[in-house]
Amino acid sequence: MLSFTLKRIVQLIPVFIGATLLVYFLVFATPGNPIAALSGGKPMSPATEAALTAQYNLDKPFWVQYGLYLKNLVTLDLGTSFSGQEVRDLLARAFPVTARLAILALLIESVFGIIFGVIAGMRKGKLFDSTVLIASLLVIAVPTFVLGFLLQYVVGVKLEWAKPTVSGSATWGELILPALVLGLVSLAYVLRLTRTSIIENKTADYVRTATAKGLSRNRVVTVHILRNSLIPVVTYLGADLGALMGGAIVTEGIFNVPGVGHLLYQAIQKGETPTVVAVVGVLVIVFVIANLIVDMLYALLDPRIRYA
Amino acid sequence: MPENQNFNPEDGLPIRNTRAGKVSKYKIEHYVAPLEETPLQAVDSVKETGKPLSMWAEAWRSLRKQPLFIISTLLIIAVMVVAAFPQLFTSIDPTGNQACLLENSNEPARQGHIMGFNLQGCDIYARTIYGTRASLLVGVFTTLIVVLLGGAIGALAGYYGGWIDTILARLGDIFFALPLILGAIIVMQLPAFRENRSVWTVIITLAIFGWPQLARITRGAVIEARNADFVKASRALGLSKFSALVKHVIPNSLAPIIVVATVNLGVYIVAEATLSFLGVGLPPDVMSWGNDISSARTQLRNNPTMLMWPALFLSVTVLSFIMLGDAVRDALDPKARKGA
Amino acid sequence: MRYSHASKAVVLSAALALTLSACGGGSNETAGGEGDGSYVVTANTTEPQNGLLPANTNEVGGGRVMDLIFTGLVSYDAKGAPVNELAESIETEDSQNYTIKLKAGHTFSDGSPVTAASFVDAWNFGAAAKNAQLNSYFFESIKGFDEVNKEGSKKEEMEGLKVVDDTTFTVELSQPESDFPLRLGYTAFMPLPEAAFEDPKAFGEKPIGNGPYTLTEWNHDVNLKLDVNESYDGPRKAANAGIDFKVYQSTDSAYSDLQSNNLDVLDQIPPSQLASYESDLGDRSVNSPYAGNATITIPGYLDHFKQDEEGNLRRAAISRAIDRQLIIDKVYQGGKVKADDFTAPVLEGYSADVPGSEVLDFDGAEAKKLWEQADEISKWESGDEFSVGYNVDGAGNKEYVEAVVNQLKSNLGINAVAQPFSSFKELREKVTSYKMTGAFRTGWQADYPSLYNFLGPLFGTGAGSNDGKYSSKEFDDKLAEGLSATDPAEGAKIFNEAQEILFKDLPAIPLWYQAVQGGWSENVDNVEFGWNGVPMYQQITGK
Repeated sequence: MLSFTLKRIVQLIPVFIGATLLVYFLVFATPGNPIAALSGGKPMSPATEAALTAQYNLDKPFWVQYGLYLKNLVTLDLGTSFSGQEVRDLLARAFPVTARLAILALLIESVFGIIFGVIAGMRKGKLFDSTVLIASLLVIAVPTFVLGFLLQYVVGVKLEWAKPTVSGSATWGELILPALVLGLVSLAYVLRLTRTSIIENKTADYVRTATAKGLSRNRVVTVHILRNSLIPVVTYLGADLGALMGGAIVTEGIFNVPGVGHLLYQAIQKGETPTVVAVVGVLVIVFVIANLIVDMLYALLDPRIRYA
Repeated sequence: MPENQNFNPEDGLPIRNTRAGKVSKYKIEHYVAPLEETPLQAVDSVKETGKPLSMWAEAWRSLRKQPLFIISTLLIIAVMVVAAFPQLFTSIDPTGNQACLLENSNEPARQGHIMGFNLQGCDIYARTIYGTRASLLVGVFTTLIVVLLGGAIGALAGYYGGWIDTILARLGDIFFALPLILGAIIVMQLPAFRENRSVWTVIITLAIFGWPQLARITRGAVIEARNADFVKASRALGLSKFSALVKHVIPNSLAPIIVVATVNLGVYIVAEATLSFLGVGLPPDVMSWGNDISSARTQLRNNPTMLMWPALFLSVTVLSFIMLGDAVRDALDPKARKGA
Repeated sequence: MRYSHASKAVVLSAALALTLSACGGGSNETAGGEGDGSYVVTANTTEPQNGLLPANTNEVGGGRVMDLIFTGLVSYDAKGAPVNELAESIETEDSQNYTIKLKAGHTFSDGSPVTAASFVDAWNFGAAAKNAQLNSYFFESIKGFDEVNKEGSKKEEMEGLKVVDDTTFTVELSQPESDFPLRLGYTAFMPLPEAAFEDPKAFGEKPIGNGPYTLTEWNHDVNLKLDVNESYDGPRKAANAGIDFKVYQSTDSAYSDLQSNNLDVLDQIPPSQLASYESDLGDRSVNSPYAGNATITIPGYLDHFKQDEEGNLRRAAISRAIDRQLIIDKVYQGGKVKADDFTAPVLEGYSADVPGSEVLDFDGAEAKKLWEQADEISKWESGDEFSVGYNVDGAGNKEYVEAVVNQLKSNLGINAVAQPFSSFKELREKVTSYKMTGAFRTGWQADYPSLYNFLGPLFGTGAGSNDGKYSSKEFDDKLAEGLSATDPAEGAKIFNEAQEILFKDLPAIPLWYQAVQGGWSENVDNVEFGWNGVPMYQQITGK
């Protein structure tokens, strides 16, 4: 197990370089002069433009730019944003907030998704099953901005149970509502995956054996069926973590959460390569670690799977 | 199960060897039942006929009798007809020069305009009908590419393990690091995409960042399925490793793939909306549900019908694909067929 | 969901001496009322895009803070009239050489005195190429700017600026510019204390100013806290106990906070609420015009739209095919004012009746006729497409550009499309490299209160923001003539004559004048929006 983990950690290096190189190149190749756009459509004197271009290394060829980036990375210098702030500081502010949001969303979607999925699966074709199907359709077809807006309006403005937006410190409590909105679409996936898995497994022979042994229905469901149904769910959740962390722009916008999604979107719009690359770099690390955990969970859930 | 002990020692995920202790409990659960059960029968039937399609043929036999399948197929055909011949369903041409008159802005339904008008004074019904084609293309083809590409890569990674898994899984990580929408924003701005905007550039872009998710799902399912006893049995009966993957492992890994793919279909249609909203999606003269849904966002309070109709069409389409997926999955699962 | 704020597209407006009394909305009478002066007001903002240095702040997020923590030679009241702050007098005889005298005894919040050198050093710092300040072009009129602001230049002092004594300095321009004094209220012309030059970057994070407030806390992407500066003595004394600027990613979320009284002042109602904000907020809202306009530029390098007879006919046809009032009513719920010229009505010398301005009035039949006349010169094929580009990261752009395009389709019978660009950056790149394949949305907000500011930088041959590559000798001559006029009224008359040329050539098609819709919570009183659409924060009190 240890060597397996170590191998994965070592694999991080090429993955990190691959991802940052890819992203650096993509941002480099997008059209638009980020320096000229800083002036907001007003004129900029050529000397100012030249000075700024040189300051951000934008006058250098791609490989030199990327090389400089890697070189600075070794000393943990992630570069500066166009606003003159250290990208390191930007990340340090945004990631903890987003991590809290993503963890809450992951909790919400896994707890409710699995519970509803189990019930729907056990009662396949019954009223509950159809109801959650319609509810998940709603979540898929009605975009997040509408659901988020409605929830914010009802809970925040009308009922005043919570403030409509989160404060700067973005505490766990404040993030529950945004996390619910963020996790809804994923919840639909988790629910349907669990349901299908349960349906597949509930007729399996070991279930009959367990039932025949006289085990209670609850025990059969929770211990035997669920445990054997969780692999696809766990896989999905692992893959979803990264998406929740980086792709929450809409939710973050609605609830004014100062997180990674907003940071990344702004940086892409501005062509602020160091920020984009740094965010993606962290996301890639999150992914690799999440995948590692998922692979370990496989072995835990299905004893036939083992790692050398 | 003598092959149990020495099964694939070369790959990364060898089977748990016989061991003393509490673990044996699981072994009993897994190994006792399948012996005389259906998976083996399925394997047997493959051998008897020698035709790889027989499992599918059997599935088809049960499928065509299922009401769920019949309803969903009819719905999908209906949506396809709308997509192919929108002019059959409305006399209004929403691309016409007189189609959108600002005088009609946010007007309610009236004769000849059963769903009313949007902010720009365009007929909502006609736009929804004409938007079907692009939305369906984006949803179906992105899903197809993602399933084929992600499925193949995930299956190979999960089944063979070892360095193949390492390379393919880490490749997925690289692409997965950019969230779908944000990655798509960057790619769609590249000159090659920017200058040739069409439904296909949207599909390709969504697929580029969408496949790793399905690859991971498939990989997980294949890792689980490859250890099943019927797979080992089929290998013992002389099936090559690759044939076992195609004939037994993949068919038995399909359930989560179908689930994720059918939900993805709807999510991709909505993702197109987000891309178009961000100015990097479909060309501006192509209508789509997604485009209309995102235009509705500023009018939520004064004209919710702008959102309702395209969202309803989208829901029905996704519903029919989810139902179809459920039916196919049921049909492929011999246990469910017998037990249901 | 709103993504980016339009922040990058919205450039900070500067000074404007104007007569706003007719359009100030119903808010004027609330000013100066009694209220709770111990209340700390919360207001929305966007994250300032740069460190807070005067010559580097060119967008609204930073601008509104800068204008509160610094004070320059003049400031502007709610109607936009310049009021002396630190200036005792600004004198000139030839519109080229100015003598500026300061009031004595003013200090920065660190106790250091505000002297003539505080201004001269700050302006030199802003102009020098090596400091790469975004607003450097504001100093381009000053003699010696070209040498200081040259690529790689080591020179740091403009020869046009001279300190005479502690309270006097002189400015020499490279040519007569009668409107120079009007610019001096703009952020770029604020003074800086000695401390700023030692470490400008650190100073930008914790600026030491001389305005009615001091910045006490800046939590990036979260908030900026302003305390009252007790040592400030000027016309903009704070009537509240401080301002807490909350950073919002979108005005939609700010609006939700406003509705539940978690936010006191919102300077921009989101497009999604335009139809309902008045019923939500009642008398706690205002619709206030400011000095800016929206236009569509059809570049003269496009086929069929060259600067010739055919191009002029087609541009006129397009202008007449747009029913501006209908768009204002339906898309903006009446929140804009139809344009009648190339400038803005709040400016001194503005005229709605410049000969030729009828080309901005909607007339579908005339539009079609003009288009057909152009067709006789060179045929517009049915396969030809006319596109109007816009950036999607500015809220509301999509809605109005689509409305314009639909009117072109229905009134001219041509194939017109709205062409989205994903970011302001992308659109401007194409525009400034003259690679547009169609028309595009443009707009201007006044830098300083002169008709010239809406004409010279936009339509002068080779000017910095001349996006359509327009060039007319006749027009250039008129501009020069207007600039050297010593009497402002005479100058305005000449500028309006210059506009007559523009109405014939239509290098841009004016759509409407800007107005801002704002609102406030139940906790505050005395909210008034300024001439530039920014609330007069210092006047706001608790209830």
